[in-house]
Amino acid sequence: MKLRIALRANRPWWLSPVLIAIAIILTFIISSAMIRWAGANPFAAFKYLLGSPLQSKFGITEAILSATPLVLTGGAVALAFRAGYWNIGAEGQLLAGAICATVVGLHADGMPHWLGIILVVIAGAVGGMLWAFVPALLRSRLGIDEVVTTLLLNPVALLVVTGLLNGPWRNPETQFPETKVLSENIFFPKVYPGSRIHLGLIIGIVALAVCWWVVGRTAGGLKMRAVGLAPGAARIAGLKVEKTLFTTALASGAIAGIAGAGEVAGVAHQLTDGISPGFGYTGVVVATLAALSFPAVLLIAFVLGIINVGSFSASRALSIPSTIGEVVQAVLLTTVVSALVFMKYRIVLDKGKHRD
Amino acid sequence: MSTADVVTGNSVATSAVSLSGLRKVYGDVVAVAKVDLEVRTGEIHALLGENGAGKTTLMRLLYGLAKPDAGSISIDGTQIAITSPKVARAAGIGMVTQHFSLVKTMTVTENLVLQDAGFFSLDLAGARKKLLTLCEEIGLEIDPDARIDSLPVAMQQRVEILKALAGGCKVLILDEPTAVLGPQDVDSLLDVIRRLRDTIGLSVILITHKMHEISKVADRVSVLRRGEIVATENANGMSIASLTSLMVEGVQQEVVEEGIRSSHGASVLEIKDLTVHLRGHDVISDLSLEVRRGEIVGIAGVSGNGQSELVQALSGVFAHQTGEISVDGKVVKGGSPAAFAQAGFGRLGEDRHASAVSALTVEENLILDRLHFFSKPGLLLKRKIRKFAEESITNFAIKAKPDQAIGTLSGGNMQKVLLARLFGERPLAAVVSQPTRGLDVVSTGYVRQLLMIERNAGVGILLVSEDLDEILELSDRVLVIFKGKIVGEVARNEFDRVAIGAMMAGV
Repeated sequence: MKLRIALRANRPWWLSPVLIAIAIILTFIISSAMIRWAGANPFAAFKYLLGSPLQSKFGITEAILSATPLVLTGGAVALAFRAGYWNIGAEGQLLAGAICATVVGLHADGMPHWLGIILVVIAGAVGGMLWAFVPALLRSRLGIDEVVTTLLLNPVALLVVTGLLNGPWRNPETQFPETKVLSENIFFPKVYPGSRIHLGLIIGIVALAVCWWVVGRTAGGLKMRAVGLAPGAARIAGLKVEKTLFTTALASGAIAGIAGAGEVAGVAHQLTDGISPGFGYTGVVVATLAALSFPAVLLIAFVLGIINVGSFSASRALSIPSTIGEVVQAVLLTTVVSALVFMKYRIVLDKGKHRD
Repeated sequence: MSTADVVTGNSVATSAVSLSGLRKVYGDVVAVAKVDLEVRTGEIHALLGENGAGKTTLMRLLYGLAKPDAGSISIDGTQIAITSPKVARAAGIGMVTQHFSLVKTMTVTENLVLQDAGFFSLDLAGARKKLLTLCEEIGLEIDPDARIDSLPVAMQQRVEILKALAGGCKVLILDEPTAVLGPQDVDSLLDVIRRLRDTIGLSVILITHKMHEISKVADRVSVLRRGEIVATENANGMSIASLTSLMVEGVQQEVVEEGIRSSHGASVLEIKDLTVHLRGHDVISDLSLEVRRGEIVGIAGVSGNGQSELVQALSGVFAHQTGEISVDGKVVKGGSPAAFAQAGFGRLGEDRHASAVSALTVEENLILDRLHFFSKPGLLLKRKIRKFAEESITNFAIKAKPDQAIGTLSGGNMQKVLLARLFGERPLAAVVSQPTRGLDVVSTGYVRQLLMIERNAGVGILLVSEDLDEILELSDRVLVIFKGKIVGEVARNEFDRVAIGAMMAGV
């Protein structure tokens, strides 16, 4: 007997839910083994990871807060990927957005609150766009692989942040490498009383809706999809492939940059070198798990938000490292991507009836 | 031995391959319904059928690439289960498809050794000798030490055939072997096939669409329709008309309207001194030509003489491209497909799969080249698009729904969508490359008719095709291309296959 992989002739309706279910079960099994290895009871760990954030209003709002930057970075990555522009640089673009937002925040004294908010959002978008500009230019003019350039610019952005925080922006009172608390005139208002959920969530949802609408309903969106699916055919049809890639890259950078502005103006109210624990990278995970669908980005961001918050409860209660949350996310990514392979292919069992 | 001798002298002929009650179902699709077929030892058996008639599936079953749901296969009278290509080869069945399975960076000998070499045994010298003996026996010339990538396509195909023979093949399946060849190469391939039958008594299953190939080499012909063999006849008694009607049930071939053939209109496409420098030499040098309003100009040539590059140059994509291209008297600047489209120039690429975005819908593909017309200000006008798509589907007889992914369409229907896109907003001039390659008889007839209609409506069409019959049928003038240069021009009333063929060969 022999196993071989063959193309699927048709896809029954139950295939996708069944595959996702299998992926989730596998995630539980594999993660349980690792939790066990870390010395904790897997059932207890999952109760904290997934259950505890949903048991209190505080837990839910904290999960939403944690999901907010992921909505934006996930949307940014999904948008770029739809056009076949492999932007792995949402992390750097987010940090660049955060830097520009901080510039506004340092000079916003005496400014009306509404103006401060508008300026800080624009600053975030501009920062992200600037950080996306060079890779986009290299890709569209010289054909240089954007996976490499966008990825390598991420640590550069972090170095700029630490450079600023250890130099001109060092907190004059505490001498810590972080800015002073920024002007209140740029603070995002809270959108749900008694929680930390801020304007960034609304901006994120609006951004996803706009992306969804642009990609699905506009001529520009159709160009993006065509370029992403078959650049050669798009070129034959007379589309300007390079221009489309360039524009999409900048739009993607802008959205990631707004995520950075949101973290500064909505949560930290200052710039620190820990402003992003990898929201940009997780954005790639969110977009991939969402299969580049914008409504699904919202859902996946929330699920990962729950796991982020839950990992801290699990860590406190069971004294395992809080990175267990990231482990579960990574396992989930692996199993889901593997499961999606079987949307297209199936495994066939050949009963070896060889010639006698 | 003539064709007739083989057939009549075959009363004692043994059967090389015998298929009985063969059936294969994929999901809801019955690919092969119930096939009984006998291929005699030492005959050339042509298998004819439309796209989707089940030819390929049938051959996959025979070569062990798919497992039959019912029925049996006998080789030399012994029933066997062909579970893999390895079993098929061991039983003496060889297959050459349109996609060669050669290692391009290795020599001919090395490629031959590759298929049956054990891990430690490598006898290159022996294999080389064996190859030369084989070549001598069947009267075939090939350099055993040539690297595959240095050989032209026709030669690579011969290497594939030799590879099958060296592997002990008694029955050779050739899947549309002439689809990749120019006219001269077609004749010599058919020659080789005949010689293989006469010298070593090889049985050949020849899958083809082309009627004249059948009348030239086949001893018998079987017609496959909807997964069933509807007729098996001696080839020399069959007319093209009777074969076509067997193959295509209930469809009458429409006659292409001749129209008034004139070449006196205004010039709509003019190429002046075009030179394209690629891979270290000029693939097109100082090429000039003119296409007038309402005229089809055919470019005849053996494949690889610069046709593909000429078509691509008409979108200005090459970095090392000099010369002037004018559409409707105006020089096209800023070489890109978009600039040409703006000037009123359309194109049909040689590979339809590379021209359509397969995951997008039929209607999205239809409007892809003129989005500005279907959006306002940037928003897609859904209703206008749907109306246009439905009109196109009716006008161009496309069997598809507007919101169906174009990748799920058959070759003929996909080509029609691309033609609908090209001619939907009538261009001034267009280049049409290999418009009927790989299409079945009905779709081919339709596409050719469409080109005539568009020509009669005033479009100046530059037709690039490796099918000389197609060029002679459609063109008002023929230009012969050889090594990137136009070496001859023939007007319609002076068409002469032999003379054009000689020019194509550079004589």
